Amino acid sequence: MIVQAIAFYLFAAIIIASAVMVIAARNPVHSVLFLILAFFNAAGLFVLVGAEFLAMIMVIVYVGAVAVLFLFVVMMLDINFVELRQGFLNYLPVGALIGLILMIELIFVLTAGTVTPVVPAATGAPIPAIGQVTNTEALGAVLYTRYIYLFQASGMILFVAMIGAIVLTLRSRDGVRRQDAGKQTGRTRAESVEVRKVAPGGGV
Amino acid sequence: MEIGIGHYLTVGAILFTLGIFGIFLNRKNVIIILMSVELMLLAVNINLVGFSAFLNDLVGQVFAMFILTVAAAEAAIGLAILVVYFRNRGTIAVEDINLMKG
Repeated sequence: MIVQAIAFYLFAAIIIASAVMVIAARNPVHSVLFLILAFFNAAGLFVLVGAEFLAMIMVIVYVGAVAVLFLFVVMMLDINFVELRQGFLNYLPVGALIGLILMIELIFVLTAGTVTPVVPAATGAPIPAIGQVTNTEALGAVLYTRYIYLFQASGMILFVAMIGAIVLTLRSRDGVRRQDAGKQTGRTRAESVEVRKVAPGGGV
Repeated sequence: MEIGIGHYLTVGAILFTLGIFGIFLNRKNVIIILMSVELMLLAVNINLVGFSAFLNDLVGQVFAMFILTVAAAEAAIGLAILVVYFRNRGTIAVEDINLMKG
């Protein structure tokens, strides 16, 4: 149990420290790298409470896809980040004020409210013992039966997002030579081969 | 030293607050704002998984997965809009985005 506590505090401290670095780092590339660190440690927290499948999905989706997407965008766009950081300190007071208010409210919620560990048995899907069924299997048994419509809706969301991203970023540029199969096979001998009479010593 | 649900909720609360703070701090840099939104979604996920584990209910993990899906879609669309905006304007300063005069 003491090992679990140490692991929890380690992961939580690294998450919070790297979250601070995400919003405070000078270089956005460093921000993205700290975001990756935060996601890795959140995956560690998930493993700690027994949500292994979600932890692995977290690493694959966030680190493998989202963070790399951020990294590509940050590196591909030629942006003057120094200019964007101007006024950083001007926003600090109002940001700190709102953050403080939100923090106090959340602390109120955490301390005033009580979380009763007794759940009505009919509402949820109880987690089976780890020895009987793995986390992945139990999650699949719930996801593909009771939440099948939501699962398909999330698939639709991803589909629409994919099409939207392609439509937004696709552009037809001039001066790019593309292969046009119809044009190539539609060529005739008359328009592509020409016989010329070359005078001796004159050249073409 | 028993790690309870309160510990997880505290981490989630701090992370969420940092996300809000990041949005206010980097008002001009829309990339950092998007990253702050990702941090806030991560905080929500931590809360959901914490509740799921300590209330012994698998549904929280299912919904954390849906949030993951939506977060991925949101990042893709947001960054696509960002790239298009940068192509058109040559900057990503979000403070002077008022093309639609809304």
